[in-house]
Amino acid sequence: MREITYREAIREALSEEMRRSPRMIIMGEDLLPGGGSFGMHLNFGELFPGRMIETPISEAAIVGTALGAAMTGGPVVAEIMYSDFMTVCMDEVVNQAAKIRYMSGGQARVPLVVRTPYGIAKGIAAQHSQSLEAWYAHIPGLRVAMPATPADAKGLLKTALRGEDPVIFLEHKLLYNVKGPVPEDGEHLIPFGCASVARSGTDLSIVATGLMVSKALEAADTLAAEGISAEVIDPRTVSPLDWDTIFASVEKTGRALVVNEATLFGSIASEIAATIGEKRFNALDGPVRRIGSPFVPKPSTPGLEKLSVPSALDVVRIAREMMPRRRAA
Amino acid sequence: MAIADTKKRGKVATKPVDTDLLLKAYGDMLLIRRFEEKAGQLYGMGLIGGFCHLYIGQEAVVVGMQMALSQGDQVITSYRDHGHMLATGMDPKGVMAELTGRATGYSHGKGGSMHMFSKEKNFFGGHGIVGAQVSLGTGLAFSNWYRANDRVCVTYFGEGASNQGQVFESFNLAALMKLPCIYVIENNKYGMGTSVERASASRDLSKNASPWGTPGVQVDGMDVMAVHAAAETAVAHCRAGKGPYLLEVKTYRYRGHSMSDPGKYRTREEIQKMRSERDCIEQARHLLEAAGVDDAAIKKIDDDIKRRVQEAADFAQSSPEPDASELWTDILLEA
Repeated sequence: MREITYREAIREALSEEMRRSPRMIIMGEDLLPGGGSFGMHLNFGELFPGRMIETPISEAAIVGTALGAAMTGGPVVAEIMYSDFMTVCMDEVVNQAAKIRYMSGGQARVPLVVRTPYGIAKGIAAQHSQSLEAWYAHIPGLRVAMPATPADAKGLLKTALRGEDPVIFLEHKLLYNVKGPVPEDGEHLIPFGCASVARSGTDLSIVATGLMVSKALEAADTLAAEGISAEVIDPRTVSPLDWDTIFASVEKTGRALVVNEATLFGSIASEIAATIGEKRFNALDGPVRRIGSPFVPKPSTPGLEKLSVPSALDVVRIAREMMPRRRAA
Repeated sequence: MAIADTKKRGKVATKPVDTDLLLKAYGDMLLIRRFEEKAGQLYGMGLIGGFCHLYIGQEAVVVGMQMALSQGDQVITSYRDHGHMLATGMDPKGVMAELTGRATGYSHGKGGSMHMFSKEKNFFGGHGIVGAQVSLGTGLAFSNWYRANDRVCVTYFGEGASNQGQVFESFNLAALMKLPCIYVIENNKYGMGTSVERASASRDLSKNASPWGTPGVQVDGMDVMAVHAAAETAVAHCRAGKGPYLLEVKTYRYRGHSMSDPGKYRTREEIQKMRSERDCIEQARHLLEAAGVDDAAIKKIDDDIKRRVQEAADFAQSSPEPDASELWTDILLEA
């Protein structure tokens, strides 16, 4: 299969769906001159004249207007330049977009996708580096996707664009230039709430989200060399979560380690760990472990920034601790 | 060209030039220019990471404003903040050390280019969410009003930020409570790559607070003395308890929005024209020469600044990076 980057996969999903659905529009800041956030829409102005709606820097107005447009048309994509700026439009996301269908007794449809880059990059500090997925996942009425591979980015985004529920689509900045095989198929759709088993294993289940999937896979390689067989589960969407796949893996391995980039306190990793403990206690050979970012804002300076997010080494270290001590032969 | 331009605007030329003030303005602007050029170099060398938004071209704005302020007046701005910090008198060494992520930086390396503060100089940051500092500045002004301490707060933001909702909410609150807040829109024509004409329906941003009865004027931001004159009017208005004041200062940034700006939204000629015809530092230099200030005095300023900027760069590069334990500090008051 041909390989393209995560960025190209997202571009492809957007352009395919723009062609498929003539009513689809894209709204966002700096959309035409710079191609929007991280240059995602370069040349879209020429490809889709009149359908790239360039807005002022006003996140609340962007999401509010996108929501209004989505209720009467759509699909509408609203691009928020950095996911940290989602906080500026959280009222529109949480109190409006997430609630409209419910409050209207099911009459309103909300084909709205809010795309936004999240996570650390290189030293961009406290107001541009956060992973806030737990904020959105906490809200009934929203769907939250965080693809870890180019193929998943394309497939999940296309599913989001064909749905009628508001989706928060989280793209990791450090994944944009990562390449992977992506189906050229215009009908490559990945359902929400369907985890992928990124690597099979028998000794330990590592559930990882977003950028952390690559860290978990890297760790699994190291662990394999030590004779520890780790299974890596990527939920792909954190709302809804695919409990069946997670539980099946834990029942097989008896050990669960959950990894996310977000601040661990109050995180998706914590939610997953708690639920495994509650629902599959009898399958466990030991306590569920979690890894997330320390409870500190993201620093700018490189040395400290590195310490502020989980690494593959952290995963290896905790995984080793979880395994039974081997007796000397 | 700059001389011809100055002559054309006869008022400036015929008014007696306050040479001392102009010399100070010249030095302060040049310090920012040379500092930012050095920061650009260090970024190119990989010594500065993250974002780096240079202020080159806009120096007259902060310098003209600052000269009208008194000790204790506050300043708050967005992420294009290096010039503001130097104008308030913050130490170039501490600023450069922060840019390079060193322990000796104003935020111990953890804030970086966008997030620095100085309690001593009443500089309140350094903010990365577009427009969000405007309501904070309104709060600083509220505090002045509440304490009746005769201080004013200068709240800077770009023309791009001027469309954010909380900017208008702040305008209303400040006017309602007559808060001593000078809102300064630094209109450098482009919000990232989007020109002001494509982002704002308002063609005269100085009128943006007029529905609340707040006076506003447009100012030539490439002329430091014009900025200074407008700033004095605004400060007097605020100190007299008449409420907020809005300045739309028309300026221009020569460099990209940040270091990764491909710059396709404007022509090289446009930038070159501003540089050669309207540069604030060149204009000040010509005025000084016309006022009879000798070359030696100007050269001494140039040399001093060159030395100070080099010292800042040396200091930054020889400073240690923060210790790993710093990851856990400065988060809450109790350690």
